[in-house]
Amino acid sequence: MTGSETLPADGLLAASWLLIALPLAGAAVLLLGGRRTDRWGHLLGTATVVAAFVIGLLCTVQLTGVEGRSVQVELFTFIQTGNLDVSAGLLFDPLSALFVLLITGVGALIHVYSIGYMAHDNARRRFFAYLNLFVAAMLLLVLGDNYVALYVGWEGVGLASYLLIAFWYQRPAAATAAKKAFIMNRIGDVGLALAIFIMFAQLGTTSYAGVHGSVGLLAGGTVTAIGLLLLLGACGKSGQFPLQAWLPDAMEGPTPVSALIHAATMVTAGVYLIARSAPVFDATPTARNVVLVIGAVTLLIGAIVGCAQDDIKKVLAYSTVSQIGYMFLAVGLGPAGYVAGLAHLLTHGFFKAGLFLGAGSVMHGMGDETDMRRYGALATRMKVTFVTFGLGYLALIGFPFLSGWWTKDAIIEAALDHGGTWGWVLGGVAVLGAGLTAFYMTRLMLMTFFGQARWGDGVHPHESPPVMTAPMIVLAVGSVAAGFLLVQVFPLSGWLEPVFGEPAEAAHVVAPIVVSVVVTVVVALGVLTAWLFVGRREVPVTAPVRVSPVVRAARRALYADTVNESLFMRPGMWLTRALVFVDNRGVDGVVNGAAAALGGSSSRLGRAQTGFVRSYALGMLGGAVLVAGALVAVTAG
Amino acid sequence: MGAIEAPDLSLAALTPLLFVFGAAAVGVLVEAFAPRDSRHPVQVVIALVGMVGAFVSTLLLAGTREVTAAGALAVDGAALFLQATIAGLGALSVLLFAERSLDPARSAFVASAAVPAGSARDAELATSEHVQTEIYPLASFAVAGMMLFTAANDLLVMFIALEVLSLPLYLMAGMARRRRLLSQEAAVKYFLLGAFASAFFLYGLALVYGATGSVRLSEIREAVSVSGTGGLLVLGLGLLIVGLMFKASVAPFHTWTPDVYQGAPTAVTAFMGAATKVAAFGAILRLLYVAFGTADWTWRPLVYGLAIVSMLVGAVLGLTQTDVKRMLAYSSIAHAGFLLTGVIGLGPGGTGSGLSATMFYLLAYGLTTLGAFAVVTLVREGDGEATHLSQWAGLAQRSPLTAALMTFFLLALAGIPLTSGFTGKFAVFRAAIEDGAWPLVVVAVLASAIAAFFYLRLVVLMYFSDAAPDGPTVGVAGLPTTTVLAVTAAATLVLGVVPGAVLDIAESAAVLVG
Repeated sequence: MTGSETLPADGLLAASWLLIALPLAGAAVLLLGGRRTDRWGHLLGTATVVAAFVIGLLCTVQLTGVEGRSVQVELFTFIQTGNLDVSAGLLFDPLSALFVLLITGVGALIHVYSIGYMAHDNARRRFFAYLNLFVAAMLLLVLGDNYVALYVGWEGVGLASYLLIAFWYQRPAAATAAKKAFIMNRIGDVGLALAIFIMFAQLGTTSYAGVHGSVGLLAGGTVTAIGLLLLLGACGKSGQFPLQAWLPDAMEGPTPVSALIHAATMVTAGVYLIARSAPVFDATPTARNVVLVIGAVTLLIGAIVGCAQDDIKKVLAYSTVSQIGYMFLAVGLGPAGYVAGLAHLLTHGFFKAGLFLGAGSVMHGMGDETDMRRYGALATRMKVTFVTFGLGYLALIGFPFLSGWWTKDAIIEAALDHGGTWGWVLGGVAVLGAGLTAFYMTRLMLMTFFGQARWGDGVHPHESPPVMTAPMIVLAVGSVAAGFLLVQVFPLSGWLEPVFGEPAEAAHVVAPIVVSVVVTVVVALGVLTAWLFVGRREVPVTAPVRVSPVVRAARRALYADTVNESLFMRPGMWLTRALVFVDNRGVDGVVNGAAAALGGSSSRLGRAQTGFVRSYALGMLGGAVLVAGALVAVTAG
Repeated sequence: MGAIEAPDLSLAALTPLLFVFGAAAVGVLVEAFAPRDSRHPVQVVIALVGMVGAFVSTLLLAGTREVTAAGALAVDGAALFLQATIAGLGALSVLLFAERSLDPARSAFVASAAVPAGSARDAELATSEHVQTEIYPLASFAVAGMMLFTAANDLLVMFIALEVLSLPLYLMAGMARRRRLLSQEAAVKYFLLGAFASAFFLYGLALVYGATGSVRLSEIREAVSVSGTGGLLVLGLGLLIVGLMFKASVAPFHTWTPDVYQGAPTAVTAFMGAATKVAAFGAILRLLYVAFGTADWTWRPLVYGLAIVSMLVGAVLGLTQTDVKRMLAYSSIAHAGFLLTGVIGLGPGGTGSGLSATMFYLLAYGLTTLGAFAVVTLVREGDGEATHLSQWAGLAQRSPLTAALMTFFLLALAGIPLTSGFTGKFAVFRAAIEDGAWPLVVVAVLASAIAAFFYLRLVVLMYFSDAAPDGPTVGVAGLPTTTVLAVTAAATLVLGVVPGAVLDIAESAAVLVG
C-alpha cells in the first residue's frame, strides 16, 4: 500500500455495489421464482453477469482517471458492538479491478457456454442460480474493504462451490466430493477466522487500511501468526499442500463449474488474499518463506500426479493445483513476485478456463466419458474444440510468445533472482515443473486428439453447438494474446503500482534470455518424452496394472488421501467413538443417575405428604422452630 | 381520658378498597333480598363492578405516595401495583366463577356446602340447578382483604386483612359441586392449618409489640434502629414470617397447598393460586423492608434458606405427581421460592431492583397460573373434571387448541423465553445476582431445570401419546372462560415478547413508604 489517501467514490464507481447486487438479485429471482423462471432463468442469469462485466469495465476505465487509483465506497455499518466497528464498504483499486474483470469476464463467457452445456438438464435454472450466487460472493470477496467482508465472500464462494460440486447430488461420488471440499475448506476457513480474530484483538480493526497501516506496531510473533493463519485459509481455498486433495475430487461437478470456480476464479482467492495482505507478509519473512515452500511443493505435487491420471478433468485439476503453486511461489517471493504471480493468475484464468471448456466439449461429444483411454483421434471429429484446446495447451506449457510463456517465465526468473541457494532451488523446482507440465499436457493431447480411436460402440463424437464453441474461441484468443498484452502492451506492473509500489529493477542472477532458452528446452524435452511414452505406441484401453512404484504413487495422488485418512479421518473417528462412549456411559449416566436420584427423592419426600392435618401441623411447627432457631442463631452469632 | 379523635382518612387513596368492600357488602344484601332468578347475573355484575372499579381507581391513583388512616395504611407504588394486580386477577377469577356452560348443572359450585358428603341430600344437590351465589360476595371480601393486606402499614391491620382474606377462601374451597368429600376435606384442612398459621402470626405480633411497644411498621423500624435487635424481637419476627410464608405456600409451610389446590373447585384454586400469592408477597415485602429493613442481616440468611428449600421441594416433589392440579400446586411452591430470590434481590436497605422484579413476577405468574387452571376446567370426564395425568394423554389430537394453550402456559411456568415466565425469572435472578446472591441463583436455575421436567412431561403426554379411547372430553367454553383464556394467553405472550412497558411501570412503582 502506498501512503496515498483513499478517495471516496463518485460517478459510476459509487455504484460499484451494483456489481455484487446484480448477480445476487439474479440468484434470488431464480431461487425464489421457482419453476416459473425455468424458461428464461438461464438468460437472466447470464444477463446479470454480462451487465456486471460492463459495469466493471466502465468502473475500471473511470478508475484510471482517479488520483491514486483507489476509491472507497461506504455502504452501511455491518457490525457495531463494543469497540468492534465493521462497516460494510467496498474498495475499488487496481487489484480488485483486475479480479472484477477476470470474474465477470470469464464468468460471463462460462454462463454463455453453460446455456448450451446444461441445455438438457432439468435443473438448469438451479444451476444458473448457484452460478450467479457464486459470482456475487466472489465479487464481494475481492471488493470488500475489510477482512470481515472478505470472509463473508469467502464463505459465500465456499457455499456456492459446495452446492455446485454436488449439483448432481443423486450421484454418491458428487455428494461425497462436495462434502470433502466443504470440510477441507473449513480447516482453511478456521485459519482465516482466527487471523481476523487476532487482528481485532490486537489492533481493534479489521479494515485493510487499519490493519495494514498499523501492522508494524505488532510483535513479530503476532504478525507471523496472522500471516500463517491467513496462509492456512489461502491453502484451503486454493487447493495448496497440504489441503490440495479436495480440488481434483471437485471435478465431479459440471464442467463449467470446474472451469469457472475450480480453475479460473475461486481457487485463486488464496493468491488474492496473500497479495492483498502484502503489508502483513512484508512484515514477516517467516510466513513469507512458508508461502514459498508451499508453493514450490504444491507445484511439484500437482505436476507429478497430473502425469499419471487418466481422467481428463483430473489431469486439468492437478494442473490447476500445480499452476496455483506457481502463483503462491511468486507472491511468496515478495515485491519482486506479486506482479508476476497476478499476471500468471490472469493468463491462467484464460487458458485453464478454455481448457476446461474444451474438455467439457469433448465430454459433451463423447457421452460424458472422462477417461482419456477411451478417447483418441478426436482432432478430426471436433475441429473447433481441437484448435481452441490446442491453443490453450500451448499457452499452458509455455510455448514461446503465447500467454503462459510470458507469465511463467517471469515467475521462474523472479525465483532465480531471489538469490542464493534458495533462488537456485526454487528456480530449479519451477523449471522442473515446467517440464512436467509439458509432459502431462502433451500426454493429454495425444491421448485425446491423436492416435487410434478407442471409444466404444454407440459413441458418436460431434462438435458442440456454437453457444459452447464461441466462448471457447474467445478464451483461446485470450490464451494466445493475454500474456503479450499484460506484459508488453499494458504492463500490469504499472497498473498495480498504486497497490504494490514501484517495481524494483532486480539484479538478474541469470540473464532472462538464458532462462527462456533453458525453459524452452526443458519444455521441449517434456513434450518429446510424452511423445516417446504415449504418442509412439498404442494406448491400452484399460490402465496397465504392472507399473513402476512412482507411477503407482502418482496415480494415487502421492497418497494424499491415504495420509488424510490415516492422520485425520481415522483418529477423528476414533475420537468420535470415544466421545460417543463417554457420552453414553458418562454423560448419560450422570444425567440418568441424577434423574433417578431426583425421582427417588421425590417419592421419598412425597411420603411426608400423608394427607393428615396433624402431621402437616407438626411439620409447620418443626418449620417454625427452625425459623425461630435460625433467627436467634443469626442474631446471637 | 381524652376525647377519641376520628382518624384522618384520605378517602381518595382508599377508593380501590372502598370499591371492593362496597361490592362485597352489596353482594351480601343482594344474596339476602334479590329474587333467586335474577341473583346470578346481578351478583356477577356487582362483583365485576367492584373489582374493575378498584382496578381502574388504582391506575388513576398511580403516583400516590401517602400514609393514611392514622398511619395504618400505606398507599404507595408497591401497594397500588399489587392492588391493581389483585383486582385484575380477581375480576378474571369472577369470570371463571360465572362460567355456566361447562358443568351440566350450570355451575361448578354446590348450593349447600355443609351437607355431609355422600348423603341423599348431597346426591340431590349435585344435579340441582338451584345454586346459592354467595361465592361472589365471598370472593369480593377475599379480594378486599388481599388488597388491604398489601397496603397494611400496621401489624394489627395486617392481621385483620389476613383473616378477611382467609376466611372466605376457607369457605370457597369447600364449595365444589363434584368430588364433595375431597372439597370438604380441603376446606377443613385449609381452615385448621390456616388458623394454626394465624396463631403464629398473632403471637409474633404480640412479641414484637412487647419488644418495641408498637405495631406500626415505621415505629418498629425506629425502635429496631434505636435499641437493636433483642431475642424477643427476632422471635416475634420469626413467628410473623411463619404466618406469612404459610399464605405464600413457601416450604416447609407448604403442606396444605397440594391438598387444598386439588380439593377446591378449580376456579377457586385458580383464584387462590394467583391472587393469594400476590397478597402474601406484598405483605412479606412490607414487613421485611419497611419494619425490619434496617436489620436485614437478621432475616436475610433465613429467607435465603427458605427460598432454596421451597424451590427444591416444589421442583422435586412435583416430579412424581399424577394429578394436574397437584402438579400445579407444587409448581406454585417452587415459584414461591423463585419469588423469594426476588425478595433477596431488594438488597440491603431495599435499594436493589428486586422490588420491581418481584412485582413483575407476581403479575406474570398470576396471569399464567389463572390461565393454566382455566384450561384444567375445560378437560372433563363424565360430569366432573379429568385431572389425572393419564387422562390428558393424546389431548392434542382431540383438541389441538386446548393442548396448545396448556402447552403455552406450561412453557411460561417453566420459564421458556418469549413467555412472561422467562422475563419474570430473568428479572428476579438478575436482581439477586446484582445483590451478590449468585449461589441462590445457581440453585434457582437448577430447580428450574428440574421443574421443567414435569411441565414438559405433560406437554409430551398431550402431544406424543395415543389418546385413550374412553378419554376425557373437552368442554366448549362459554364467553367468560374464553375471555379469561384469551386475556391470560395474550398477557403471557406480551409480557414475554415486549415486557418493556410493564417493566417500566413496575420500576416506577417500586416504592415502599411507611
